[in-house]
Amino acid sequence: MQLVDKDQVAKSLGGRQLLNKSMKFLFLLCTLVGLVVLVTLIVDTVLDGWSHLTWDFLTSFSSSRPESAGIYGAIIGSVWLMAVTAPVAIVLSVGTALYLEEYAPKNRITNFITVNISNLAGVPSVVFGLLGLTIFVRQLSLGNSVLAAGLTLALMIMPVIVVAAQEAIRAVPSSVREASTGMGATKWQTVSRIILPAAIPGIITGIILALSRAIGETAPLVVIGVPVSLLVTPNGVFDTFQALPMQIYNWVKMPQEEFQYLTAAGIIILLLILFLMNSVAIYIRNKYSKRF
Amino acid sequence: MNEYNIREMIQNNKNNKSTKFIEKAVPTILFIITSVSILTTIGILYTLLSETFIFFTRVSFIEFITATEWKAFSSNPSFGIIALIMGTLKIVVIATMVAVPVGLGAAIYLSEYATDRIRRIVKPILEILAGIPTVVYGTFAITFVTPLIREMFPGVSLYNAISPGVVVGIMIVPMIASLSEDAMSSVPGTTREGSLALGATRLETVFKVILPAAASGIIASFVLGISRAIGETMIVSIAAGSTPGADFDLTSSLQTMTGFIVQVTSGDAAFGTDLYYSLYAVGMTLFLFTLIMNLAAQWITKKFKEEY
Repeated sequence: MQLVDKDQVAKSLGGRQLLNKSMKFLFLLCTLVGLVVLVTLIVDTVLDGWSHLTWDFLTSFSSSRPESAGIYGAIIGSVWLMAVTAPVAIVLSVGTALYLEEYAPKNRITNFITVNISNLAGVPSVVFGLLGLTIFVRQLSLGNSVLAAGLTLALMIMPVIVVAAQEAIRAVPSSVREASTGMGATKWQTVSRIILPAAIPGIITGIILALSRAIGETAPLVVIGVPVSLLVTPNGVFDTFQALPMQIYNWVKMPQEEFQYLTAAGIIILLLILFLMNSVAIYIRNKYSKRF
Repeated sequence: MNEYNIREMIQNNKNNKSTKFIEKAVPTILFIITSVSILTTIGILYTLLSETFIFFTRVSFIEFITATEWKAFSSNPSFGIIALIMGTLKIVVIATMVAVPVGLGAAIYLSEYATDRIRRIVKPILEILAGIPTVVYGTFAITFVTPLIREMFPGVSLYNAISPGVVVGIMIVPMIASLSEDAMSSVPGTTREGSLALGATRLETVFKVILPAAASGIIASFVLGISRAIGETMIVSIAAGSTPGADFDLTSSLQTMTGFIVQVTSGDAAFGTDLYYSLYAVGMTLFLFTLIMNLAAQWITKKFKEEY
């Protein structure tokens, strides 16, 4: 009994394999688009900005004259901003993740909270800016301070860290958990001494990646009204400040050509900071992630 | 040797006063922290709704949704959201036309063709691309992509829809690629191997077996990508201009909903003016659009999920 007509198959096989090969090549090209864009972006930026990346540039305040403008205030401001955003975001997100994974009862409220968090992750950053402008800047009268902007960014990146932390906590095997309970540990002892330490590399990776998103975020800062020409650095969280991405945005809008080189130089600094943060995250992920 | 009574030790541990207190307090504290996420949502809704409500006591709702001109800064202002929605739509359509084929192609390659080694090299590159700040993409659009496009098509003006549209598309490629790849990788190997064993080529397996099986996840990734494109702010603020209009012209300056919010807030919108409240009406519209897209993505994933 001949079920498959061999000749028929052989006849069409060449064409089918050719199609397979050519489509594979096309898919490979799609994959390479990202690489090509990344290389173009970096080369273009470095060529434009390299010559302006001087010590003076790093240590001067912003200025309307391109030859004396620098990025010092913006860097310090961004550091202040992260100093507020990071602790607030970490406490909120890790607390939420612990509650959802370890304590929350399986009911409608928990379900609602989970859905709500994934929806918050999809809210555009500019809408978070409007929230910050109305609640923190106006109603709590914080003005365009480090605190107002930091809280806004913390709320914005919270969903990202929560999801990462939840995954890290879920990856701790139940055998470890049960062993702890079996030894007579209470719930919190198990959570704080067994589960958190085991999940911490994953959580920290999530935190660093989220913070590297926050440090480059511009839209909420524009909406809050972060200034672009200040000649002082903040002395406390209630002072106003400059920020790195805001400075870049301000320069790119300038009509004078000289500012385009400053923009590129600013971007190099921002990308270097991001690269550093990402390297740390990858290092922690590879070095400390435990396999059970 | 001391005699340890294990049961007693456990009992002591559990009856210890501070332990007892902590065990009771911790869930409550964690629940309070968790409720901040709910408060954030309430805050967003309250902010947008209350100010939008005031806006509609000054400008009629009918004008808002039917007028085709958006002249918020004019002395004789007109608030027709359609003009801003058209701007957003132009960007989103161009971005989708770039991101969906490229993202899906990359996902198919990574999930079905690539060796482990290639995957280990390519995935971090996609992660880096996903982590680049949008203000950097915006600068890239105006200093590199726009001049390139203007060289090829001299009729295009400095601010246009094509350049920011393409760059927004590139920005969402990593998201679509990685979510789609996740969906395809979760199709079990047995299904794939069954198809290959029947004599199908890799390509036929992809189109006839893998894509249908992973369709829900893939479509959800498209929807999430589109939602991201709608909310994208800095690229369009930098490279798309600030001329709202309800037309289909891709070659001249336009304004999106997000672009308008940035334009108003980078100047001094005096508190209490129509202009100030229009900010929230636009924000509300933007929020609704992205919310609907996100809910749609969740619904698609849930409804059409294939169980293995």
